[in-house]
Amino acid sequence: MNRLSLGLLIALTAGSASTGFAQAQSFDRTKPPALRPPARLKLPPVRSEQLPNGMKLYVIEMHEVPLVQFSLVFTGGGRLDQGSPGMTSFTADMLDEGAGTRDAIGIASEAEFLGASLSTGSDWDASYVNLKAPRRTMGPALDLMADVAMRPTFRATEVNRQRDLRLANILQQRDQPNTMAALTFNALVFPDGHPYHRPIGGDSITTSGLDSAKVRAFYNAHYSPANAVLVIAGDITPAEARTAITQRFGSWRAPVPAATTATSAVPVDRPTTVFLVDKPGAAQSVIYIGRAGVERSNPDYAAIEVMNTLLGGSFSSRLNQNLRETRGYTYGAGSGFAYRPLPGPFTARSAVRTNVTDSSLIEFFKEFRRIRDSAVDAVELERAKSYLALGLSADFETTSQMANQVVGLLRFGLPMTYYDDYVTKVMAVTVQDVQRVARQYLLPDRFTVVVVGDLATIRPGIEALNLGPISVRDLNGNEVH
Amino acid sequence: MSRRWLLLPALVACMAAPCRAQATRLSVPITVDTLENGLTLIVHEDHSIPNVSVDIWHLVGSGDEKPGHTGFAHLFEHLMFMGSQNAEYPAFDRLLEAAGADNNGSTTNDRTNYYEEGPANALPLMLWLEADRMGWFLPTMTTEKVDLQRDVVKNERRQSYENQPYGLAWENLARLLYPAGHPYSWPVIGSMTDLSAASLEDTKDFFRQYYSPNNSVLSVAGDVTAADVKALVRQYFGEIPRGPAVTRPVAPAFALAKDTAAVIEDRVQLPRVYNHWHTVKVYSADDAALDVLSYLLTGAKNSRLTQALVYDQQIATSVVSFNDGKRLDGDFTIYATAKPGHMLPELQRSIDTELHRLMDEGPSAREMEQARNSIESAFLNGLEQISTKADRLDSYFYFVGTPNYFQQDLARYHAVTAQDIQRVARQYLGAHRVVLSVVPQGKTDMAVTAAEATP
Repeated sequence: MNRLSLGLLIALTAGSASTGFAQAQSFDRTKPPALRPPARLKLPPVRSEQLPNGMKLYVIEMHEVPLVQFSLVFTGGGRLDQGSPGMTSFTADMLDEGAGTRDAIGIASEAEFLGASLSTGSDWDASYVNLKAPRRTMGPALDLMADVAMRPTFRATEVNRQRDLRLANILQQRDQPNTMAALTFNALVFPDGHPYHRPIGGDSITTSGLDSAKVRAFYNAHYSPANAVLVIAGDITPAEARTAITQRFGSWRAPVPAATTATSAVPVDRPTTVFLVDKPGAAQSVIYIGRAGVERSNPDYAAIEVMNTLLGGSFSSRLNQNLRETRGYTYGAGSGFAYRPLPGPFTARSAVRTNVTDSSLIEFFKEFRRIRDSAVDAVELERAKSYLALGLSADFETTSQMANQVVGLLRFGLPMTYYDDYVTKVMAVTVQDVQRVARQYLLPDRFTVVVVGDLATIRPGIEALNLGPISVRDLNGNEVH
Repeated sequence: MSRRWLLLPALVACMAAPCRAQATRLSVPITVDTLENGLTLIVHEDHSIPNVSVDIWHLVGSGDEKPGHTGFAHLFEHLMFMGSQNAEYPAFDRLLEAAGADNNGSTTNDRTNYYEEGPANALPLMLWLEADRMGWFLPTMTTEKVDLQRDVVKNERRQSYENQPYGLAWENLARLLYPAGHPYSWPVIGSMTDLSAASLEDTKDFFRQYYSPNNSVLSVAGDVTAADVKALVRQYFGEIPRGPAVTRPVAPAFALAKDTAAVIEDRVQLPRVYNHWHTVKVYSADDAALDVLSYLLTGAKNSRLTQALVYDQQIATSVVSFNDGKRLDGDFTIYATAKPGHMLPELQRSIDTELHRLMDEGPSAREMEQARNSIESAFLNGLEQISTKADRLDSYFYFVGTPNYFQQDLARYHAVTAQDIQRVARQYLGAHRVVLSVVPQGKTDMAVTAAEATP
């Protein structure tokens, strides 16, 4: 049994004396009220065990509302795709489109009848079967989940229907400027041979080739109790959980998935280059700027998160303050690091009014340079640290959030005691740390810039900035002449 | 005076399977306090995590706007973050972030809300900030602030409507369904022209008219005690003077005189058809039945329209429906997007076939039980979050006059019968409608014609 506990013991401001809330005699409206120290968030223990077949179980008791969240995680995910982009996510999506004795309609009908939500999917690191059920129906709901995880049918009629729907969705990606920018950006930052080069949902060519036999073969190779972790949070005891899960999953036998020996191409590292994607008549330009970021295990994780909170990770961040609140160029601007086992992208993003596209690019680069070249203000730094550290308790409120937090730790191989240290690490970040990680990981001279917009209007202004070489691309990153 | 309404000490629900047939018992104990200046305070204690949620509703929305001033209620919402006398811009966001709290606001046809959520020790800060902008907002408001947020809101309109596929459908549906001048005939975001016209004087007038304590309801839910909250709220809000009595608009009774077919061209790959009907006010007699009807049509894969169009016939990529009951009136929408190679008239025929089948035969007992169970679970899910509870308390107070309405709200869904579904389907979805086709540029021949829109 492991114990997860989280201490939030940070006094917010000097003078945050421990006074009661209602102190009428000291009331002065012209000054913000002094705050008592924040309460400590006490998280319930996480109990873990392993079934004889290798499946791991983590249970967190939360009895406030009679609901239980079951999150079944199969390690692997989109990085297993290799030569067939979209295969992992399609297989995961197909799990609840026919399983056991039921077809897709039968599964949905039963789950909803039980008042349960059952869903399947995947990200770059894992595939998921998630179930949230009222306590009173969790038995039959778990039967359904067990069918979906262990006995998917992958009938040709169901596979073909979902394949065609996915092809239509891929077609519709051309309508959505943010999606267009993200697809192009990933294709250009991660070269062919890198798992993140092509979309996790696949492209039209690979999707067209999906069939029942391929999906079944992929399932057989990658789904097993040996790579399965089930996180349970809610109105259930560890003993009840063990009995319910052993009964349904205990006899599951499947070969241990082969270790992934995927080699990966190196993300591009080139002088800043601009790629334009045409969306004639667009009312705004969507801007994505960045490069490959960092892996989750990076020892500078806390400092990087604090730096990003200052740059573009909060409403008061520099990018939002500048582009939205000072200049009115946009409804919002921000930045973030995507954490995965391999470094995911760092992106700074905004959708800006078409005729200020060039001016917006200037401001983005000004902010990248400012956070590298000069020390951040101490008050600004304290605000960012407190926002991150004290904001943590809101991520543990519901049974689904609790399960997600534990899944997140497991996904990155972090200990259950991780959050004991997290707040301390965040609060220890210094002005020098922020500048150091900004200089190390924000490289404005080596960024990829993607702009999706009305090229006839925006191109001359962008050319005049001399950010770097400019070319026009399609959503796959290929040059358009 | 304060009234303490307490039914049960905590949330209690049936645990045994046989009680599935009867409604789960929900309880959200609250304390209500009304200040002398008319501000209503609702407090709900929930000590499961050390957080608090503060949610204030000002009873004004886009439906209160005058023609020529559309979008103003929402623009005003943006201005509320631009500082007040004792918390000058940009103190609001900065102080809350430094306390680990998030905040935001939202505007609908009927109301504008503002909320803060974060560690419970930050409650005095949250209340102080809300009180300052309710009581001391005007001294620091300037034309420059109005101009800046006007630009931000115009960008919001570009981002969320003009540069979004199908993004202009909603304002067209509102215009085509509601008669000219009806409070719901224009969109919450407003028009670019009207946004351009908004002035500092408009801002001052709007604030004086609507942002008074007597036109607001404040709920606080979380790791707090009712006595502490009450004392703090009286301290911070007590001296804000009562404002003028507010006159809200009335909506003229109307019925769509005929079926209306319209088409707009957009930068989209696949055409989509919208069906839009006039229905009823939120929480009025048929409102819950219309919600259940929507679930039976598209709430799950085995719902009538989803199963027919997406799974069996495979002519649509998706089909969506919802009932949108509002304070003065309501509407019901179904929209479906064509799969490549399929045409909107084909989708429209299938929608009509399924609607008529439901009107003629009604739903099965099993469909009704599925809907009840699913809706009940959605209620339980909502009770996991203090922010959801705080928002529902305000909503119940505003729309039905009592915040403690969780159990009655669930009960009205449990009371819906198969006969109710058949009746409301015939009465509201059998009436005249707006059929809007959104088609790729230059492909107006893909649209549903007037003849096809008339069943």
